[in-house]
Amino acid sequence: MSTETKEKYEKYYVPEQSPWPIVGAIGLFLLAFGGGNFIQQTTGKYGNEGSWGWLIFLVGLSIILYMMWSWWRDTVRESMGGLYSSQMDRSFRQGMLWFITSEVMFFAAFFGGLFYARTMVMPWLGGEGNNAMTHALLWPEFIPSWPMVETPAGDTTTAMGAFGLPAINTAILLTSSWTLTIAHHALIKGNRNTLINYTVITALLGVIFLCLQAYEYYEAYHHMGLTLGSGIYGSTFFMLTGFHGLHVTIGTIFLIVLSIRCASGHFKPENHFAFEAGAWYWHFVDVVWLFLFIFVYIL
Amino acid sequence: MADHHPTGIKRWLFTTNHKDIGSMYLWFSFIMFFIGGAMAMVIRAELYQPGLQFVEPNFFNQMTTMHGLIMVFGAVMPSMVGLANWLIPMQIGAPDMALPRMNNWSFWILPFAFTLLLSSLFMEGGAPNFGWTFYAPLSTTYGPPSTDFFILGVHMMGISSIMGAINVIVTVFNMRAPGMTLMKMPLFVWTWVITAFLLIMVMPVLAGAVTMMLTDRHFGTSFFDAAGGGDPVMFQHIFWFFGHPEVYIMILPAFGVASEIIPAFARKKLFGYASMVYATASIALLSFIVWAHHMFTVGMPLAGELFFMIATMLIAVPTGVKVFNWVATMWKGSMTFETPMLFAIAFVILFTIGGFSGVMLAMAPVDFQYHDTYFVVAHFHYVLFPGAIFGTTAAVYYWLPKWTGKMYNEKMGKIHFWWSMIAVNLTFFPMHFSGLAGMPRRIPDYNMMFADFNQLASIGAFALGLSQLFFLFIVIKTIRSGKKSEDKPWDGATGLEWDKLPCPAPYHTFDTPPKVD
Ligand code: HEM
Ligand SMILES: [Cu+2]
Repeated sequence: MSTETKEKYEKYYVPEQSPWPIVGAIGLFLLAFGGGNFIQQTTGKYGNEGSWGWLIFLVGLSIILYMMWSWWRDTVRESMGGLYSSQMDRSFRQGMLWFITSEVMFFAAFFGGLFYARTMVMPWLGGEGNNAMTHALLWPEFIPSWPMVETPAGDTTTAMGAFGLPAINTAILLTSSWTLTIAHHALIKGNRNTLINYTVITALLGVIFLCLQAYEYYEAYHHMGLTLGSGIYGSTFFMLTGFHGLHVTIGTIFLIVLSIRCASGHFKPENHFAFEAGAWYWHFVDVVWLFLFIFVYIL
Repeated sequence: MADHHPTGIKRWLFTTNHKDIGSMYLWFSFIMFFIGGAMAMVIRAELYQPGLQFVEPNFFNQMTTMHGLIMVFGAVMPSMVGLANWLIPMQIGAPDMALPRMNNWSFWILPFAFTLLLSSLFMEGGAPNFGWTFYAPLSTTYGPPSTDFFILGVHMMGISSIMGAINVIVTVFNMRAPGMTLMKMPLFVWTWVITAFLLIMVMPVLAGAVTMMLTDRHFGTSFFDAAGGGDPVMFQHIFWFFGHPEVYIMILPAFGVASEIIPAFARKKLFGYASMVYATASIALLSFIVWAHHMFTVGMPLAGELFFMIATMLIAVPTGVKVFNWVATMWKGSMTFETPMLFAIAFVILFTIGGFSGVMLAMAPVDFQYHDTYFVVAHFHYVLFPGAIFGTTAAVYYWLPKWTGKMYNEKMGKIHFWWSMIAVNLTFFPMHFSGLAGMPRRIPDYNMMFADFNQLASIGAFALGLSQLFFLFIVIKTIRSGKKSEDKPWDGATGLEWDKLPCPAPYHTFDTPPKVD
């Protein structure tokens, strides 16, 4: 029995030492410290002097990017060098799935905020439950309705419709999930050209999505009076779509890197964790969008 | 050869070794424990007598806030991660944690995050002063400028915790030696997987909460502002959705520790292993649906009060199962009372007192009286100090021989135990009474009628602080000049780390998985 385990066992690769974690921690620190000062200096809430915050922020960001580049370069080399066993591969997969779970919970916080504000807070502000006096004394003019185009304080805005750009963006993201699946099947079948083409198409769809979203934001800010400051409607709208957009950006960069790695022949039909991780991430972003489309735009 | 390791500062900065990282976590948490402890001393000095003695009310608030934040995020949580790093790979027969580099990143983020947080003490306007629960609008509209750095610090801690949790969960699910089935895992491992699950589920929600704070403070959003259609109470819901599971994040690994130590010194198998696993899992699941018991007095609809009251009381059932099992394990055992066992027994008794006061607080109608009084402070200190911290202390005494190869001085350990045991009760038990009599928490001054109880609590607190310095002394003395430990210093101890490894454990262990039967 004991010799049996030894024979079947592939050694688990434990890297010797690595400078990147500590570099990443320093980068993160500068990013936070610089970012905090940058925010205070731009919004001027505390009358902060100076404008060096962004510089430290950028230094931190560069260190983080450098760290990510180097760290992943190390892992790509190790992977290509055959150091990774199938057990290692499982660690990566499970790690990625739990990471995505944590991301889901991050979005859940904002969706929770949206639901709570809509179904509880808004009627209460309108005097429901035991809140008749709150309503009468503080904001007697307030009429609850969603999208909340007029806040209790009286700020007004316009609601973003669902069936213009957002519908097109939905179609784009759904298509991109489909093209990515084609690419993945091609990878498994060893069909290189299809793999490269469809990965590139997916990345392109991501870029188009982002351009359209930028245009949507431009319209909102300049023609619709819909901003982050437009009460709870503007807050939830921009925070949810904004964080989603950030994730699409990350996913698109991920896809671009994957395209390059596909073209350099890094992936094998039986061994392509990075590609699968990218695909999972992309599908996750896609699903979040569907929820957004339903709960932020349509309903 | 197996013991070869890099040397110098690079060993610690660049390490990928779970034992190195575990030691760094434990030392970090110890340092934070003393910093947070020093703040507690300031609080208790001010409260020694009614009237304002030493500090300004605003600074007093900064102390309570920073004390809470540092103890929760800097002392208790990292100490548990440190134990996890040291023990889980050895207990399941793995060569290391599943993602060793990420492991090091998780650790090194922490010193930087706490530098950021502590630096807020020196900023204009002072440190955060709104309590560790940072309720809006105190932390949004009225928060000092340093609040922004507190927010970013919390983001960093969150990243660290999530990565640490992913590492634990993947290690346990993917790295067990052949034959180490799930239901053979030591309970410490079980409690930690469940803790890791909680961390992954709720730390991102905390990140969401502080992000909304940041945008409310600077970018005009109205999440917690009723004039814009938001609600300050919404902050409390989001915070406590994180906050209640968080208290279980702090206590579950201590449950695991007690479940290892008590059988070892009762020289009996743990009573009801499977029920322990199921109880832990149900506590964790229930912890997601009880959060609003912290908010009984904010004006929730009646249905909400009832639901959260009943759900909260349900948690007492699996908790009771655990206490029953620990006691049943000791029943008719051949017990001896070395220091780890003393701390474990005190853990069971005093944690149970905290559980009882929890059930009292869980009753919505009476919580209207108890809420925001010293009774709540007594409750959570009973579950956290003689709970989580005695748990870690017991673990340190129990596994110190495994980590260092040296044995602590038993006599000193016993002195440390009795000293902390008396001091902890002297500090926190009177708080029940002053709380029931109506003394509010987070207040630097109080009515004359609370003077006696507060004086007792302060005397206890100073003694408790000293007892922890004594603990530091014992640990350092053990490392530097402790007697060499046998490979198995506890005859009743079980598990791979005791059965298959010498003391101290070599730098690399289980490069090939051990045989588990
Ligand atoms: C039987 C189990 C428990 C029950 C029924 C329970 C119940 C409660 C309730 C109802 C409150 C709110 C009191 C108020 O603010 O009016 C509370 C507060 C608290 N509990 Fe527990 N609890 C239990 C176990 C624990 C454990 C195991 C921990 C931590 C290890 C813990 C830590 C806390 C903390 C930190 C607070 C105060 C938070 C604050 O307002 O600052 N509790 N508990
Ligand atoms: Cu709670």
